[in-house]
Amino acid sequence: MKVAIASGKGGTGKTMVTASLSATWESPVVAVDLDVEEPNLHLFLKPEWTGRQDALIEVPRVDEEKCDYCRKCADLCQFKAISVLSTVVMVFPEMCHGCGGCMAVCPKGAITAGTRTLGEITWGHSGDNAFLMGRLRVGEAMSPPLIREVQAQLARSDLFNPAADVLMDAPPGVSCPAVNAVIDSDVIVLVTEPTPFGVFDLRLAHQAFLPLNKPMGVVVNRAGLGNDEVYGFCRGAGLPILAEIPYDRAIAEAYADGDIVARRNPQWREMFGQLARAIQALGAMTREARHA
Amino acid sequence: MHEILIISGKGGTGKTSLAAAFAHLSQNAILCDLDVDAPDLHLILQPADSERIPFVSGFEARVRPQACNRCGVCGEMCRFQAIRSDDEGLASVDPIRCEGCGVCVHFCPEQAIDFTPRECGWWRIADTRFGALVHAQLHPGEENSGKLVALLRTEAKKLATAKGARLILSDGPPGIGCPVISAVSGTDLAVLVTEPTPSGFHDLGRVVELCAHFRVPAAVIINKWDLNKKVSGDIQAYCADNGLPVLAELPHDTDFVHAMVQGLAITEFAESEAARQVRRAWEMVVQQAAARRAA
Repeated sequence: MKVAIASGKGGTGKTMVTASLSATWESPVVAVDLDVEEPNLHLFLKPEWTGRQDALIEVPRVDEEKCDYCRKCADLCQFKAISVLSTVVMVFPEMCHGCGGCMAVCPKGAITAGTRTLGEITWGHSGDNAFLMGRLRVGEAMSPPLIREVQAQLARSDLFNPAADVLMDAPPGVSCPAVNAVIDSDVIVLVTEPTPFGVFDLRLAHQAFLPLNKPMGVVVNRAGLGNDEVYGFCRGAGLPILAEIPYDRAIAEAYADGDIVARRNPQWREMFGQLARAIQALGAMTREARHA
Repeated sequence: MHEILIISGKGGTGKTSLAAAFAHLSQNAILCDLDVDAPDLHLILQPADSERIPFVSGFEARVRPQACNRCGVCGEMCRFQAIRSDDEGLASVDPIRCEGCGVCVHFCPEQAIDFTPRECGWWRIADTRFGALVHAQLHPGEENSGKLVALLRTEAKKLATAKGARLILSDGPPGIGCPVISAVSGTDLAVLVTEPTPSGFHDLGRVVELCAHFRVPAAVIINKWDLNKKVSGDIQAYCADNGLPVLAELPHDTDFVHAMVQGLAITEFAESEAARQVRRAWEMVVQQAAARRAA
């Protein structure tokens, strides 16, 4: 089972929940950080690194000897990544989405595949758990292709046990990076807080992910702070509340110390153990419902 | 005219709560919410009604089923796995995965794929008790947030010129990717709000690098500084080493949430110690902006 931990609003506790779930899951997991703009999970799971590779995207490289300046490439490109001004071809690799259209359309075979570095993918292990993350290069604008590369890496059975459950820490927001991070999951866990900002962004996340037709459940973090609006929203939307993590300055302090909250005391361990079982039950229930 | 942008890298460090308080304290400023993906500033500013203008950007491919000859070319050429085909090979486009590159449209031998402009969200200008707010909402799950951010900045500048406003104060998005780059590039001062946690500190380093990359002056506010005084000290030392002014250290105080629940900026909510410190932080931001302008 692949579980995506997402949120809408940032700072609601996605990484804290992901780290604690990986410490309490019943069997070893693959913990994956898909928040490639600001990956933080490794700061808590402190993995031993065993490998890395650059993540690349294919961008055009033009052989001006072969180019006859017909402009077909520039006319096709939707992202203004290649332009032709009389007898000069200009490539703007940072604008390129890697669709390959220019290479396919060029009648002279003048465009071949160059590369741009999106960032890096690193992996290793943290105790019994495997670990995988992407890290966007600072200055690079496009995180979705890197997020897809990290997910593709997950399929390497020489590195990751295909039978292991996967816990994916998703980026905040509800636009393309967040959608790309949850699109291959089996269950989406939405971490929110009972505040006006938390509920507004939860509503957006629910709206964004609903078309994916996946089981979703909510974790209310910092319960007791703020107001009750989140409960009414979840009831109305049919979203089960999988856990409530109480507002407790001690939890914030444990996180600030770089600790895995579930490891701090038996009571918190039990709370995350219950959440892990609730997520597994949500996944299993949906699988059965689909087979029936 | 001067643009001040509040960003953080990590989400949830208090960008919007501070932006709302600074909006309250600022005078003659145009306010702008550049977190078009999950915008929250309006929840405090509570803008009056005004017309929402559709934001149309990019294109969306759609197969006309009656024209599809089931050849499969579109599926072979799409690099984004956005083409689905049914048991008989009839193609359709998954709008969630489609990047709008137009490759399928161009190479379809039957020209069976339409390419229509995509409405990705809306934007508007609205009055608030603190001044005019330029804000937007990207439709959930949509793309082109960077372009919408750029549009808001252009509109905010036009409005500032028309109204003779000297300052544009913007709440930014989290992260360091497309919408953040669009918000940061060319801004006059980036105020980086961090918190003394491993993630807050780590992500601060990445936004500092981003600001350096785009040659944008930056200054730091350490929010919730008392949550971990050691890490706050480490952040102070890091800032000193990197020539970054630390404008304020603000306390971890649940009043920020109590104010938010009532739709108020913390500086409107109560004359507390936290509110007093936020006022002082704003004075420091204003001084820093003036110093940067002079330099």
